[in-house]
Amino acid sequence: MSALGGVVRGGLGRRRVQTLVMALTVTMAVTASVLAAGLVVASRAPFAHAFARQNGAHLTVRADGAKATAAQLAATARVPGVTAAAGPDPVVSLRPTVEEGSGRGIPPGERLPPLTVVGRDQAGGGVDRADLTAGAWAAGKGQIVVNADGPPFAIGDRLTFQALPGRPTLTVVGRARSVSRTAGAWVTPAQATALVAPGASRTYQMRYRLRAAGTDAEVARARAAIAAALPPGTLDGAASYLKTKLAAERTSATFVPFVVAFGLLGLAMSVLIIGVVVSGSVGAATRRIGVLKSLGFTPAQVARAYVGQALIPAAAGTGLGVVLANLLSVPVLRQAEDAYGAGSLTIAPWVDAAVAAGALAVVAATALVPALRAGRLRTIDAIAVGRTGRATGRGRGPRRLLGRLPLPRPVSLGLADPFTRPGRSATMIASVVLGTVGVTFCAGLALSLHSVQHGLDHRSPGEVVVRADGPPPGGGPARPPKPADPAAVAAKIAAQPGTRAYFRTGRAQIGVAGRAGAVNAVAYEGDSSWGPYTMISGRWFRSAGEAVVPTGFLRATGTRVGDTVTLTNEGRSAPVRVVGEALDLSDEGMTVLTPAASLAGLRIETEPGSVQFNVDLAPGTGVRAYLASLNGVLGQGGPQAQRNTSEASTTIIAMDTLAGMLTAMLVAVAGLGVLNTVVLDTRERAHDLGVHRALGMTPGQTTAMVLTSVAGIGLVAGAAGVPLGLALHARVLPAMGESAGTGLPAGALDPYGAPLLAALLLGGLAIAAAGALLPATWAARIRTATALRTE
Amino acid sequence: MTAPIIEMRDVSKKYDAGRPALDRLDLTVDTGEALAVLGPSGSGKSTLLNLVAGLDRPSEGRVTVAGLRIDGMSEAASARYRRDRIGMVFQFFNLLDDLTVEDNVLLPARLAGTSRDEARERAAELLDRLGLQPHHARAYPGQLSGGQRQRVAVARALVNRPALLLADEPTGALDSASAAEVTRLLAELNAGGQTLVLVTHDVALADACATRTIELVDGGIHRDVRGGTVAR
Repeated sequence: MSALGGVVRGGLGRRRVQTLVMALTVTMAVTASVLAAGLVVASRAPFAHAFARQNGAHLTVRADGAKATAAQLAATARVPGVTAAAGPDPVVSLRPTVEEGSGRGIPPGERLPPLTVVGRDQAGGGVDRADLTAGAWAAGKGQIVVNADGPPFAIGDRLTFQALPGRPTLTVVGRARSVSRTAGAWVTPAQATALVAPGASRTYQMRYRLRAAGTDAEVARARAAIAAALPPGTLDGAASYLKTKLAAERTSATFVPFVVAFGLLGLAMSVLIIGVVVSGSVGAATRRIGVLKSLGFTPAQVARAYVGQALIPAAAGTGLGVVLANLLSVPVLRQAEDAYGAGSLTIAPWVDAAVAAGALAVVAATALVPALRAGRLRTIDAIAVGRTGRATGRGRGPRRLLGRLPLPRPVSLGLADPFTRPGRSATMIASVVLGTVGVTFCAGLALSLHSVQHGLDHRSPGEVVVRADGPPPGGGPARPPKPADPAAVAAKIAAQPGTRAYFRTGRAQIGVAGRAGAVNAVAYEGDSSWGPYTMISGRWFRSAGEAVVPTGFLRATGTRVGDTVTLTNEGRSAPVRVVGEALDLSDEGMTVLTPAASLAGLRIETEPGSVQFNVDLAPGTGVRAYLASLNGVLGQGGPQAQRNTSEASTTIIAMDTLAGMLTAMLVAVAGLGVLNTVVLDTRERAHDLGVHRALGMTPGQTTAMVLTSVAGIGLVAGAAGVPLGLALHARVLPAMGESAGTGLPAGALDPYGAPLLAALLLGGLAIAAAGALLPATWAARIRTATALRTE
Repeated sequence: MTAPIIEMRDVSKKYDAGRPALDRLDLTVDTGEALAVLGPSGSGKSTLLNLVAGLDRPSEGRVTVAGLRIDGMSEAASARYRRDRIGMVFQFFNLLDDLTVEDNVLLPARLAGTSRDEARERAAELLDRLGLQPHHARAYPGQLSGGQRQRVAVARALVNRPALLLADEPTGALDSASAAEVTRLLAELNAGGQTLVLVTHDVALADACATRTIELVDGGIHRDVRGGTVAR
């Protein structure tokens, strides 16, 4: 072995703790960096990537099996412009109910929205290859695979279809994701056929990939060509991927600002922590470097030896970090998949390679600087470093000053310690600041998201809703009940004991003067002042002629609160004054909320199936008893009263979970940074600790001294990190709202209260103390006689 | 008759499977004595000192200092014991370089909970008694000569008025003038009633200070004589 190799090996063997610490640091930093970079990369056009990987369907059509044969449908694969096709697969639209113990949070027996069930014998195929995210594909009778982006069904849940003869029950055997959103659930073709109601005609689904599908017009042309190749009236529905793409991209765009913010924080912290630990451990070897020089090593040889000594544990840590990151990426990216609705995401191999190379480069660079500096020191000075202790003169002023404060001596000694190594303390502060920024930002994000969710729940207030059932989208065996007379329903609700207040809404399509295309009008009847939407600005309407609109409407029409817009219908017009901006993300915010009387001049009728009553109950009224009583009065076959359950947005749940996981990662890396630095510090100060102990410092006092050595850092980091976290939140949240196409209510923009801010200010202290606890315990257990012999 | 301040009974210390550093040693030191412990390297001198200081525990036997059994003490209890009952002086001073002379001397008193004012009064008195000027109190150890540093170390060891002063090669890192200065100081302290245990190779120190000298060989007491004449 060469002399240099011997030096490297000896250095690694003699400083096992530092070697371990360095490997651990690099492991954590690489793990965080790979995850952070992987997430940032996965956030770039996730829909487009997933769509390409799944060979997504540009066009999905629904065909009437009574008008065309399966062979005729299959032949449409050869229509000009179609590059690939899948189907015909039987499709039915059914409303399931869940059995007792199934469907987390969904009341047993409650009829769920219609589910498009497609009969496919495999997840793959030439078009629309669904990703199985859990369980297995349906292989036989009684089995169903649900869409991972649909209701929260778990493997083993049982769904019953009440409207079918014999009320068949299917068991969920898998969860899958199709970015083309071609189905709500999949069964075998035979099972799909068995689910067709007696007397109903069979319907089929065909999925196509098109040569040109960049615009609505191109997709429409393809649809027309396919329709022309089939007997007239065969197609009774079609869906373009462009609408799904728009919604998915809007959702993923909402995530991108905060994922990028977390990613950059993680990367910055990793570089910082690698830098401080590596330069610290090389710097601590100055005396040994002096000895090597006295034996004839050149500065260049010394530098090579110490870079090598740093790179060996770093390489081990890098390898481990890459493996760990890829393992951890499974749950983290699963959340991102849920958020983006974008099939299975993985860490790109080039991210692994780039992060590994970057980490090793940072290690080499940060080791090289102190190694060269020590290599260039006069040999006698380098040797003297270990003997003369830390008499650098740094931190003496603060130490003297703090020694005069009426504090226990271990506390004042600890508080003064960061001043002895200002560079190292500054990097430790920086890493705790980044951790505090992450915690502050995440806490604010979670509160803001809950505020948005809570705000969205206000769109349908009250404990009870009574809905007029509409036809299931796309048709199917379930036939809509005949809509009841709204006035009669209103009278029954009004007469029902326990009703405190209620109002009725109905929807219609109207025009807006100066803008092409239709917008939704929601017409209110009755007093809705008890249940307004969450307002972003302005106020809820009070009388006819006033309207409230979401941000999307204001932006699309170029209007502001206070302006008057003219609503139109078949040549008639009705001006309304916009008095408020409401929080609503549905239909891209193209909705006008106004008293029904505002629309009287348009002579428009609301869609019967859209009528809904929102009912607020008197205090002390039991919901279950009220529902039973009211449904008894409403009778069978008509509108039914239901408990008004808030919709937990899967996007918000995914954001919450993802933010929580990323914050935990940032805090872990920050804590590890503190741990590593304090380990280095206590190792270097082992002799001083021994002197303290010989003079009578108890283990408890030693622990207190080490912990207080990071307390000041924690407090400073908290004081700096919280405002930075607030600033990040103030920048990212509006960007997320912008991506979602909405302004945000004040409660979402500023969710921090004084108690939370106070707690967050102590967050830096908590991170620092947690990181220092282990080395403090080690320092307290140090053997005095051994420590006194330490150089 | 004076009471024994150190009683070691049947004390052995083994670090590994080899020969014990101390082997079934019995030793009694009376209050007011100045005991010099001589012996070649590896004879067990430092081990003996560490056991008396509560820095280490014997493998077997009992160690009692100032009426307190210290061989089975917890780390916290032995720290309190060192703080309250003994003072230690080391060959390389072991002053904390980033504290002023005064803060070094104050440290054991402050750890013991003595008020700063009271401790400063005591430190000033000690520094004066040990021949250090008031301006030395504000200096840092690196600015002092070896002899001055060792006097600071002695002042620090005495600040809590210990019953026993332990010194490990107190002149080992000093030039001859400084060594003589420290030797004289220790002799004066003992003359004033301070019990001393000196571990040393320095025969002159033993001659000048010790009222009794023992020589350790292979972990046992080879010779035990009154005065500092064992090596002659």
